[in-house]
Amino acid sequence: MIPFAYNLRSIAQRPVSTTMTALGVALVVAVFVAMLALAHGFRAALVKTGSPDNVIVLRRGADSEMSSGLSRDNARLIATDPRIASGVDGRPLVSPEVYVVINVPRVVGAGLSNVVARGVNAEAFTVRHTHLVAGRWFQSGRSEIVVGKKVAPRFAHTAIGDTLRFANRDWVVVGQFEAGGSALESEIWGENEQFMPVFRGDVFQSVIFRLRDPAAFDDVKRALEGDQRLQVQVQRESAFYAGQSTILTGVLTALAMMITSIMAVGAVFGAVNTMYAAVSSRTPEIAVLLTLGFPPRSVLASFLAESALIAILGGVAGGLLALPINGIVTSTTNWNSFSEVSFAFRVTPDLLLGGVVFALVMGLVGGFFPAWRAARLQVVQALR
Amino acid sequence: MNLLPLVLANLRRHRLRTLLTVLGVALATFLFASLRSVVTTLNAGSEVASASRMVVTHATALVFPLPMSYRERLKTVPGVEAVTWANWFGGQYGDGKLFFAQFAIDPESYLAMYPEISVPADQRAAFLAERSAALVGKGLMEKAGWHLGQNVTIRGTIFPGDWTFTIRAVYTPTVRALDDRSFMFQYAYLDERTEHRVTPGWYVLQLRDAGLAPTVAQTIDETFRNSSAPTKTGTEKAFNQGFVTMWGNVQFLMNSIGMAVVFAILMVTANAMMMTARERTGEVAVLKTIGFTDRTLFGLVMAEAGLVTLTGAVLGLGGAKLLYAGTAFNGFGMLPGFDVTAGTLAIGFGVALLLAVASGLVPALRAARLSIVQALRHVE
Repeated sequence: MIPFAYNLRSIAQRPVSTTMTALGVALVVAVFVAMLALAHGFRAALVKTGSPDNVIVLRRGADSEMSSGLSRDNARLIATDPRIASGVDGRPLVSPEVYVVINVPRVVGAGLSNVVARGVNAEAFTVRHTHLVAGRWFQSGRSEIVVGKKVAPRFAHTAIGDTLRFANRDWVVVGQFEAGGSALESEIWGENEQFMPVFRGDVFQSVIFRLRDPAAFDDVKRALEGDQRLQVQVQRESAFYAGQSTILTGVLTALAMMITSIMAVGAVFGAVNTMYAAVSSRTPEIAVLLTLGFPPRSVLASFLAESALIAILGGVAGGLLALPINGIVTSTTNWNSFSEVSFAFRVTPDLLLGGVVFALVMGLVGGFFPAWRAARLQVVQALR
Repeated sequence: MNLLPLVLANLRRHRLRTLLTVLGVALATFLFASLRSVVTTLNAGSEVASASRMVVTHATALVFPLPMSYRERLKTVPGVEAVTWANWFGGQYGDGKLFFAQFAIDPESYLAMYPEISVPADQRAAFLAERSAALVGKGLMEKAGWHLGQNVTIRGTIFPGDWTFTIRAVYTPTVRALDDRSFMFQYAYLDERTEHRVTPGWYVLQLRDAGLAPTVAQTIDETFRNSSAPTKTGTEKAFNQGFVTMWGNVQFLMNSIGMAVVFAILMVTANAMMMTARERTGEVAVLKTIGFTDRTLFGLVMAEAGLVTLTGAVLGLGGAKLLYAGTAFNGFGMLPGFDVTAGTLAIGFGVALLLAVASGLVPALRAARLSIVQALRHVE
């Protein structure tokens, strides 16, 4: 084996060329990591929204809460299922919910945006794993609302103490809640009995409940969907929300792959140029190595390693370039619910590792032909 | 003296390097044009909107319908010439993999309002004559493999049940950016088959004069402010733009990626130019000795850089234009009328020129400032 120090010193001999090649790779990796961080962030926000021990019941045929509708009778019937868990006060953990999307004026950039207004009952905060971060919960019977913590910075009149007007009524914002970074943090919550009359009348859009035993899901599903009095479909809440993220996550991932693979070809060209130049300027050195008895195989490996090293340097730099976007909040529309969802870019260790592996592949591909040429040099010709 | 042969000869010395650099620039400009076209196409979607059409929706949200009685009241607003209405159906076809927009429209007034929706006269008559007839975009017909006269069943998500329509007419948009994958059917059919009374999702108004838009909007919204269904009236353009902004900051995303692409390729071309220049130190010194001026040597390197990047740009930008036009690419239905505009091409060439300057400048200056004695000392 040719010592790796040889490669290190060779790289150090031409810092400009090395840096430029590595930076080319770095930018590809940065775009790769950033775009996938966007897709991951969106997916994570929606997946986190649903919990595997919760069940969501919609009207049969409805593909989202928006197109669903359940009568009070139905909701009452569902709430009597014995497999539903009870809260500390012994009441069943069921939340029949009213779901509407309302226009709220944005703070940044003019115009209105679609925000989910969810009418819930007192159990919802437990069922949905939400916690107050400021203020208090709304009181029953009052025109009060609480907002997710991602709502206030983005929308006007949503700070605690403000009055937000929608559906011909004034609503006082009394609290702010967090929900582990999930899409619920982009919602406005009020009491279901208050929302019902002002929006769609005497009908709930969904019923969400906590299972006493998560394994009992199949039983519950069979029981409720088989009940002739109900015309409902039953899904695990986690599966329901994960399903809403598949299309956009798929589009983003496909886009990331397409863009970065085209970019990667460009970066590979850069690596090929650099390595060919390295091989041709070091022709005498290679000849000496071969004369000393290093087999062509070792020469090949040595140049491949050099190319890989440059690319990995680029990969690491690219990861570092992309790192600061971690946690930046952006928003898009969840087309299933027709509402704006805020979420944070998520740069995960897996993603960074993926970026470095991607860089390594670029380096090996780009280095292969130059290394091949180096290995096949004829000593006599090279030394001439 | 004509130096072009010298530049060309220089480029031919490392054929592979030149080729790879040109292709690299081609890929980068191709990507740049593609990314920018996403933005321009999205914006063009709102440009097709006629300035003299306005959309009236429920102030609370688009999902709430407006009363039917508004039709007559809207007609009496000064400046309004015609009124039509439509409803979002939101059904699912088959397994849901083929997604397309479905609208219930008031056929006669809607088609009169949208002359861009071009339908053959006989098909138009057939569509108007039958309650359950459907008017389908040409793009959707091709995508789904449907033919005229075929029955299509759609499962309603908002309006439950299976709905069967007979395709009686096919429309072709006369402007590229108008979606050719919509599915339209008679509002009366929706109303008839639904238990409760269906009311319009939105109204579209034709104004006598586009300049009246602000006053008309104000009049309408004032009129209904304290009713049970307050309205939000805006131009069709604003309505369409509302949907574009719902995607989030696409423009920023695409621009950032575009910048990264350009910088990545700058690294590749600049590196190639530097390597080339370094290898030629000796001969630059010789050229200087035989009387080439500093300025000529500067020009030689810049010309080489320019030739490489511009050839790449022609390939990349031309490729993008031809590929997207040739395959009628429409972003899998999400970007109807996807087009690489002349503006994008011009900016692409501008970027290529910048690339040429940025990648050629350092080696060109180095060549111009080279001291003969220093340089020749290294020549064996």
